[in-house]
Amino acid sequence: MRDALTLRGNNALLTRANPLAKFVSVFLITLVLALSIDLVSASTALLGELALFPLAGLTVRLLWQRGWPLIIAAALGGWSTAILSADSGRILLDVGIWSISEGSLQLGLGFMLRGLAIALPAILLMSCTDPTDLADALAQKAKLPHRFVLGTLAALRLVGLMAEEWQTIGMARRARGVGSHGSPPQRFKAMLGQSFGLLVQAIRRASRLAVTMEARGFGGGRRTWARESTYSRLDVWVLAGGLVIAAAAVLAAQWAGTWHFVWLKQPN
Amino acid sequence: MPSPDSGTSAVVRPAAISAQGWGWRHAGRTTQAIHALDLDIRPGERVLLLGPSGAGKSTLLHALAGVLGEEGDDADETGSLLVDGVSPKAQRGRAGLMQQDPETQVVLSRLGDDVAFGAENLCVPREEIWKRVHEALDDVGLRRSAGGSASGNFALDHPTSALSGGQKQRLALAGILAMRPGLILLDEPTANLDPAGVLEVRDAVGRCLDKTGATLVVVEHRVSVWKDLVDRIVVLQPGSSSSTGVSTPAVLLDGDPDTVLAQARDMLTAAGVWVPGYVPATRPRSGTGAGTAAGSGAGSSSAGSGGELLLATQELAVSRERSRRRGFKTIPPLPVQAGLNAEVFAGRALTITGSNGAGKSTFALTLAGLLAPVSGALTAAVGLSDGAGTDPFKWKAQQLISRIGTVFQEPEHQFVTGRVLDELMFGPKHLGHGEERVDELLERLRLRHLVEANPYTLSGGEKRRLSVATVLAAHPRVLVLDEPTFGQDANTWAELASFLSELLDAGTSVVSVTHDQEFSSVLGGAEMRLEPAFQGGARQEAGAA
Repeated sequence: MRDALTLRGNNALLTRANPLAKFVSVFLITLVLALSIDLVSASTALLGELALFPLAGLTVRLLWQRGWPLIIAAALGGWSTAILSADSGRILLDVGIWSISEGSLQLGLGFMLRGLAIALPAILLMSCTDPTDLADALAQKAKLPHRFVLGTLAALRLVGLMAEEWQTIGMARRARGVGSHGSPPQRFKAMLGQSFGLLVQAIRRASRLAVTMEARGFGGGRRTWARESTYSRLDVWVLAGGLVIAAAAVLAAQWAGTWHFVWLKQPN
Repeated sequence: MPSPDSGTSAVVRPAAISAQGWGWRHAGRTTQAIHALDLDIRPGERVLLLGPSGAGKSTLLHALAGVLGEEGDDADETGSLLVDGVSPKAQRGRAGLMQQDPETQVVLSRLGDDVAFGAENLCVPREEIWKRVHEALDDVGLRRSAGGSASGNFALDHPTSALSGGQKQRLALAGILAMRPGLILLDEPTANLDPAGVLEVRDAVGRCLDKTGATLVVVEHRVSVWKDLVDRIVVLQPGSSSSTGVSTPAVLLDGDPDTVLAQARDMLTAAGVWVPGYVPATRPRSGTGAGTAAGSGAGSSSAGSGGELLLATQELAVSRERSRRRGFKTIPPLPVQAGLNAEVFAGRALTITGSNGAGKSTFALTLAGLLAPVSGALTAAVGLSDGAGTDPFKWKAQQLISRIGTVFQEPEHQFVTGRVLDELMFGPKHLGHGEERVDELLERLRLRHLVEANPYTLSGGEKRRLSVATVLAAHPRVLVLDEPTFGQDANTWAELASFLSELLDAGTSVVSVTHDQEFSSVLGGAEMRLEPAFQGGARQEAGAA
């Protein structure tokens, strides 16, 4: 879990882009996809995103390893939409109460592709952006308060530690006779106790870390930055790329006549 | 944005410390943590602070680092404590502080960024920061400007989470050095490290002091580690001003190391300080299990005469990780150790030793029925299992505690109630028997005066004694201890060793993971030495791919 966030060994083009530019691009694409439920805009965006994968150093295998829960969720979502939504058009499959028609299949596919098209940019962003660089960009370029940004970044490091601590506390409590066996209320109680133990440790660790940071002069009004967050020509391309994918999705859907704002009623 | 002092960055100006009648009471406490301290430390002096727990050593270091919090939130300051004639809080970066827990001495996730953090906060210009980062990493031996070395040569983007404890502490030292402080404060910097890590950190500190000439104040129980590096020892004693009205000065002794150690040897040993060449007296083993028998390699512990066989492993492979899911595949964890054969006998000690990362704790936790074996088998003999089945990992928690007790390295992990007495009664109450034993344990481990206290508020030694007592209250036949003597003072150490030797003679089996050879020789029995089976680098790659 603690290795999952590092970029070591990833030298792809997009790792060199400014995190803020990547962030804005991803936001644009996601925004457009959230506006409509239709097959064409989602698949256009998805194709565009897949084309970007090599630029972020992602392979299909890596994508599957990191994003498989999201991918399976999207597929399941699409499948259940196809089965359960109101039928329209020709009936393709009819098994008892489940039926798939042309209309519902289209809706299900649209749902699935949309889920993927929204999830992929997030995976893309994470896989080519170091959290430290993102924090640098947020503090230096987006001008968010550095105490907040760096505090969050340092706390993020502790999250990985806490996952290990959770396991240790679980074992330590079993060694005291608090088991994860028993009835659901008993288990719930045991879990509550373990959470309390973790909370205590988290607070201890956090306050020690706070002392460490304070002793290194953190908390003043001003500071310099060892790593300058800069924009380059690449970031123009990143933004343009985001815009192009977003616009292409809208235009393709308009051209195909499938664009449909989510808040309007379905035509059929 | 250049700061006023960035121009003179290359030169370190050693700091002077002056305390006059200084005292501090933490918020919510009735007595002062440190009281009536009169102390002058000249620029460039290297001082080792000694004293029993509760003498206020850490409080003093925190105050000198300027991180003690504000007076007024119910906390209370008396007298004055000045660094270079100024309040420590008013001069950020003048002092650098290293604490005990390596995990919380790291702030950022990449090596170079972490070193730069302090310098950034002091508004050092960018080019100067990176110059300092390289120099500091070179000084602590984490990155050699010329060629690699055994102790480490890491890239600036090396993940800090992949460092060992000793390396993390050296990294913290580099972060401190990059601030160019005139005062370096070390609060038990090596208490959580194995012997190799201790020397690593000590030597790095020595090199850096020789180079910069900064003032040093170090708090540590083990005098022998620091004795040759310091030129003055100050012994503090707990003082109380509230109840008795009798006021004792905080400084008990002060002088050059040899004189102080000669003058106060008896008193220091009585206070639990690890004086060089002193091994506290412990109760000798009387049973036949005494004496060391050596086992070697990743192999077997030697079986011996006497004692009933309680636990045995066959070709055991262990790992802390569980199987992972990647898509449709289930990937079994990579074991840290494999092919382990060991036997645990009643009334005999088994000591597990080896370097860091060798999987000693993982093996012990598996033996204790807390981790599932990756492969191979752990079998409990009938005498131990008593009808609960042969696999300790499958036992219910309550079946486990009356058979195998485990004392974790961090006592706080095992606290389940808010009161010392409840803590001790917890096991017996759930088992429905053995409550009478609690009284004996309270007496034996000197916890009676603490029965009403909250376990989390105890001192380190008290927490250790309590954690041993709580596990023993369930009367297990096998006791597993993970680094029980880490960071303990000599008194707690001796008590613990004597107590365990008594238990052994009474027929309990004691399995301990330890780096402490004195401790294992008191317990006797067999030693099992583990060496890292898989190189760290290889595991890291597997994780990142």
